[in-house]
Amino acid sequence: MDNHKDLQEKAYEARKRFLTIASDRGALHIGSSLSQIDILVTLYDRVLSITPETCEDPQRDRFILSKGHAALGYYVVLAQYGFIPLKEVEAYGKDNTKLAAHPVIGSARGIEASTGSLGHGLPMALGMAIGAKRAGWSSKYVVLLSDGECDEGSNWEAILLAGHLGVSNLMVVVDYNKFQSFGTTKEVLDLEPFADKWRAAKWDVHEVDGHDFSELVPALSDMSEKEGKPRVVIAHTVKGKGVPYMENTLDWHYLNLKPEDLEETLRQLT
Amino acid sequence: MRTSFITTLTRLAEKDERVWLLTGDLGYSVFEDFKSRFPDRYLNVGVAEQDLMGIAAGLALIGKRPYVYSISTFASMRAYEQIRNDICYQNLPVVIIGGGSTFSYSSFGCTHMPLEDFALMRVLPRMQVFSPGDPMEVQKILESTHEGTAPAYIRIAKKGEPLLHTDEKDIQVGRMSLMRKGQDATIIVAGRQLANAIVAADLLKQEGIEVRVLSAHTLKPFDSDAVIAAATETNALISVEEHSLIGGLGAAIASVLVSAHLNVPLVTLGVPDEFPAGVGSQEWFLEKYNLTVEGIAAAVRKTQANV
Repeated sequence: MDNHKDLQEKAYEARKRFLTIASDRGALHIGSSLSQIDILVTLYDRVLSITPETCEDPQRDRFILSKGHAALGYYVVLAQYGFIPLKEVEAYGKDNTKLAAHPVIGSARGIEASTGSLGHGLPMALGMAIGAKRAGWSSKYVVLLSDGECDEGSNWEAILLAGHLGVSNLMVVVDYNKFQSFGTTKEVLDLEPFADKWRAAKWDVHEVDGHDFSELVPALSDMSEKEGKPRVVIAHTVKGKGVPYMENTLDWHYLNLKPEDLEETLRQLT
Repeated sequence: MRTSFITTLTRLAEKDERVWLLTGDLGYSVFEDFKSRFPDRYLNVGVAEQDLMGIAAGLALIGKRPYVYSISTFASMRAYEQIRNDICYQNLPVVIIGGGSTFSYSSFGCTHMPLEDFALMRVLPRMQVFSPGDPMEVQKILESTHEGTAPAYIRIAKKGEPLLHTDEKDIQVGRMSLMRKGQDATIIVAGRQLANAIVAADLLKQEGIEVRVLSAHTLKPFDSDAVIAAATETNALISVEEHSLIGGLGAAIASVLVSAHLNVPLVTLGVPDEFPAGVGSQEWFLEKYNLTVEGIAAAVRKTQANV
């Protein structure tokens, strides 16, 4: 069976690079960046028809990181696939540089929308998808939401409309790491029964282990326009994935990785 | 003005297939023709303004030219952060049309009274802000937004506003339009009070007071030169707007006068810092705030008594 060793290696590299830059720059939202890496690697490696050469093509596939606070964990993947020079990502957080702690359109190739305030990515992706569908384009539109972000009413406005119109070239991936700013999603604002909510809004719903490539790859790459529905992949993830002492803790939404702890952290990294 | 809006937009849509019309479930009886002629470029998103603005931004990001309609209060306030982040921050050619002046829906209560939209839209970086005073201004402004690529907010009144311009060339975006010549005072108007201001000026002329009337259809970028000229060539300024006195036309004029060190009387007509109380017709509310021919004329006479 294909255990997607290449993807595992790329994800490991991305996490390693992320932790290295984050520790030097005192970056926040470490847990949020680590939980999404496997999803992003899958998307850029296997799903999105987009390369640094085609990233200006009007009919390209487009991805929006709606959980913009995990930008550094996104930049390292964009660098891996050649969209951003590694040097620029390594300059992250320094004065007079290009890459902000939330993605800004135009600041690097591959960034399709400015995000940072939660609940903005999905309506924009929906607009793109409706426009593209009506123009007869075959491109697809993918948005990554955080679970905490699903508290935002703007998302539910878009979820209702996308289901109603059957916007089948739109895919949402939810990085469901079960933590938000003040605690677990269960404590703060429980989303469950989460899949049922999407189903009730007429979406094609899939649930996967968000760190198992054998589940991620088929779930994310199959945009088969099932029953003319938009697709949501609820990826059950682990906040802080890859670093045992960071996993499933709220603290690593806020803590900085100290430079002196980097070596031990990388030793533990899986 | 609403008829001029949809007629002009339809003409733009005929010429340019990037033009879309989006609505948040408002505009009944206005959009049917557009919808039947351009079904692929019409979208009613439902009662969901945040989604409306986000979708418009998404369409603009793939190269479309969305025109977004809602009632002025909802268009300017319900999705303010989407307007700021999705549209202005990303510098997208999305044009928002706010339907209705302050008392167009007078009996509906203050939820339907735009008092703050000029102020809210003016403060947004990159946003152009328009308040046309007659149907021809609506047409010219819409055409200019289509020629350009900057975000825009246009507040239009409902219907029945008289045609005040005779020549399109007199309407230039970013420049106030001279409606009447005069040297004793200048009335500067943003919006549907333009008709009243012209009648007031004609009335005052019979009394021997020669009043300049300027249509400030473009609130941003603001025509400071026209204000400075009026302040140096005439004895007093009177601003007229259906808007809060905070942050609108009067405030913009005051800011120009102070910056240019011009010491000239300025009377601001509009709505003071309050939610208009009571229930009544548009005319009833306008009388209450002196937004009438007589109210404007009285404000001008008062400045002349001081001269």
